[in-house]
Amino acid sequence: MKSTFSILALITLALLSYGLYQAIIVAPREMTMGDAQRIFYYHVPSAWTAFLCFFANLVASIWYLASGDSKADAVALTTAEVGVVFCTVVLVTGPIWAKPIWGIWWTWDARLTSTLVLWLIYVSYLLLRRYSTAGQNPMLASVLAVFGAVDVAFVYMAIRWFRTQHPQPVIGGGQGSGIDPRMMHALLINWCGFLALAFLVIWLRYRLERLRQQVEEAHAMKAIAGAKGASR
Amino acid sequence: MSASAVAPIRAQPPAFLDILRVTLAKDMRLEWRSKDAINSMLFFALLVVVIFSFSFDLTAEESRRIAGGLVWVALLFAAVVALNQTWARELRNQALDAYRVSPAPAESLFLAKAIGNFLFVIILEALMTPLFVVFYNLRSVGPAYQLAIASILGTWALVVNGTFFAAMSIRTRSREVMLPLLLFPISIPALLAMVAGTTAILTGDNSPYLPLVFLAVYDIVFTIIGYLLFDTVLHAE
Repeated sequence: MKSTFSILALITLALLSYGLYQAIIVAPREMTMGDAQRIFYYHVPSAWTAFLCFFANLVASIWYLASGDSKADAVALTTAEVGVVFCTVVLVTGPIWAKPIWGIWWTWDARLTSTLVLWLIYVSYLLLRRYSTAGQNPMLASVLAVFGAVDVAFVYMAIRWFRTQHPQPVIGGGQGSGIDPRMMHALLINWCGFLALAFLVIWLRYRLERLRQQVEEAHAMKAIAGAKGASR
Repeated sequence: MSASAVAPIRAQPPAFLDILRVTLAKDMRLEWRSKDAINSMLFFALLVVVIFSFSFDLTAEESRRIAGGLVWVALLFAAVVALNQTWARELRNQALDAYRVSPAPAESLFLAKAIGNFLFVIILEALMTPLFVVFYNLRSVGPAYQLAIASILGTWALVVNGTFFAAMSIRTRSREVMLPLLLFPISIPALLAMVAGTTAILTGDNSPYLPLVFLAVYDIVFTIIGYLLFDTVLHAE
């Protein structure tokens, strides 16, 4: 277990440093935006990773609702936590890029707003988990995750009425889309690095959460055994 | 002797609509006698309206453009006051625990509570409308009957999720604090549609059709999800 972890940690480190080299040195300078565009190599992979985490959280929550498996709950908790961290990175790097390029820090367009609401929902998810009594919280939290997932679709549609200012998708976005292969390379390397990092943290956190669950169960069993012994 | 005469009496679970009707009637009677929810909501909403009108010094034209937002924010805050009492009321004498062990369908309890809250907030709106008109010099440019449709759809969107999340927050350690934290993020799209619809009607600039349809879809979808998941929340151990 420990050696797998060290190997994975080394791979993550290598991917992230290679990704940094690619993003800063190898990838060509963007024609109109200049070097400010390079934040793209961190903004976009963080966003993809965060959405993937939230999607995993939704799947795990539904799995928990269907089966009551405490492993599913541990997955749901850890993916939500890591997802919130990556989503925070997205929400911080976005305005840093937007200020020099758009001239404003923030605008209420569909993608920005949906991401912000998604972040708000998952922060409330983590708060719910923190403030509910131990036994009930997995069930309540998975119900909230389902509500949140449906809600994000509504948020996106709601903002579509206004003109959207976020750049149109540059990858697979139809005619005129597409980026320099070196840019694509840097982007994908960074995404791999971010995914590996997310996986590493989720894995560690998952093991910790499983241990916590087992300790809790052991305490409960001990209490039951004690109560039985006392009643005899 | 026929076989049916000696057949064991099977306990029939109470009928869905009976439970709904009885719970709703009970809540209405309680509210009629105590007026807890209405009074606290009304005074709270009044305070919000007064504070808003002090914070923004508005001309009639400006107020028409932003009144939609002000009205709904005031109602959202006020509704939380009533929503928190919905389930707290059932905690006294362990009424909620009794409900949990009874064979009565949980969904009918949920719908009864949601309809009860809906009526409270609608009454609140009826009482608040003159106040808004007076304080903000409001006059609708678009047809006023559309405001009624917007308020019915918007209120249901608030209370159906509110009732659901109030049931959820009652199970947490910090009961009253938790409800707005859960409800507000989920209500953002509904709030956007309410404000867009109401502003469109008040200013008469564009058609309120799209926001109202959006609200109706939102209402239907979240009523169904709440209906399906309420049993899980009520019985969460």
